[in-house]
Amino acid sequence: MNLKTPLTLEKIKNIKAGTQIFLSGTIFSMRDKAHKKMVEENFFPLNLKDQTIFYMGPSPTRPGHKSGSCGPTTSARMDKWTPTFVKKTGIICIIGKGERSQQVKEAMKGKILYLIAFGGLGALYAKCVKKSEVVLFKELGCEAVYKLEVENMPLIVAQDIKGENIL
Amino acid sequence: MRVIEAKTITDIVKQMCIKAAHNLPADILLAIKKTQKQEKGLAKQITTLMLDNAKIAKKELYPLCQDTGTTVLFVEIGNEIFVKGNLTKAINEGVKKGYTEGYLRKSIVKDPLFKRKNTQDNTPAVIHYSFKNGNKIKISLLLKGAGSENKSVLKMFAPSATLKDIKDFVLDSVKNAGASACPPFVIGIGIGGNFENCAELSKKALLRKIGSANKNKDYNSLEKDLLKEINKTKIGPQGLGGNISALGIFIEEAPCHTASLPVAINISCHSSRHITEVL
Repeated sequence: MNLKTPLTLEKIKNIKAGTQIFLSGTIFSMRDKAHKKMVEENFFPLNLKDQTIFYMGPSPTRPGHKSGSCGPTTSARMDKWTPTFVKKTGIICIIGKGERSQQVKEAMKGKILYLIAFGGLGALYAKCVKKSEVVLFKELGCEAVYKLEVENMPLIVAQDIKGENIL
Repeated sequence: MRVIEAKTITDIVKQMCIKAAHNLPADILLAIKKTQKQEKGLAKQITTLMLDNAKIAKKELYPLCQDTGTTVLFVEIGNEIFVKGNLTKAINEGVKKGYTEGYLRKSIVKDPLFKRKNTQDNTPAVIHYSFKNGNKIKISLLLKGAGSENKSVLKMFAPSATLKDIKDFVLDSVKNAGASACPPFVIGIGIGGNFENCAELSKKALLRKIGSANKNKDYNSLEKDLLKEINKTKIGPQGLGGNISALGIFIEEAPCHTASLPVAINISCHSSRHITEVL
């Protein structure tokens, strides 16, 4: 099914784990260092309420391209910070790769739609990006926070709002 | 004695980094095409996307994966060739140029524990040197992403371990790698040697061609058994179920201490990027 951000609980509450999604709209990329900085320094300058975040650190953008290669990175590395991150920001959707810890699965229940992107398909995902800009932590290079406009990103629901999980 | 300028090595390594980041080896591509034919439903759709990704990467020069890895090199140096200049420096210069001029992601941090500051050019590369006869240099280069490298393991078994113990260790490790290491995998296994030699063998095994067999029939039979067992796990492409969980499994063995039996498992994702050049 097609889905467009920004998402609302109403829009996603009946989407079942295992559903294939084509996602369009604005999403924010961030990974280890951005999570660590925000959670451990209690520094949340962006309004991420009801936003979608993507665990991803792109390769540099070649001239003439809109983005570098940009597939998902391993979600489990963010597990340590995710429960606090979700509570502090009010995000509604996470895109990543692979399994989450039991604690994160619990923390996502009722609040977060967890989508997985296909690992190792960075070129294909780069073609879904229509616009990309760094909005926070520029000094972190590929680990900065990017605001991305995407079109028809192929994804799968790994855990739905009810907590059903296919992994 | 043949003489080769260090600059030549730099240029070749630079080209190899860029080529490896955008082009899957022919045998890997063929194995994915075969997987696509053997899968159904979602697994088939995913492998079709994997083939699309390879086409886009090659044609439009997007790296196959944003994680262009740690640069790992195996360099075999002939005894009748002389490199004019510093070989290690020349290789690292090639990596730096390849990653910078090729728009590849620089992922190496200088201090692993405290500062974790990026070196900005993906150096230093991990380089394994060996020596042979002749007047050539053979360079094999892998771009090794962290998603699969992080799931790699080494265990020092006692020689009393059974074949089943070893097989269970491999299967458990592969199951544990799961979706986050990007299956279907290529799996390199080192058996024997000592602690560091065993790990190196498992990395070197990843350079073997899909379909190639260990020359020793016992080890080859173990390779075949393990491949069957791993595919029975039904991990499938991206860990979402399917018939093919590994594209290939390669064992490299070496003599070891009478009291030891080291086993190392180096996992590669489906995007097993490596390239070899002989100079």
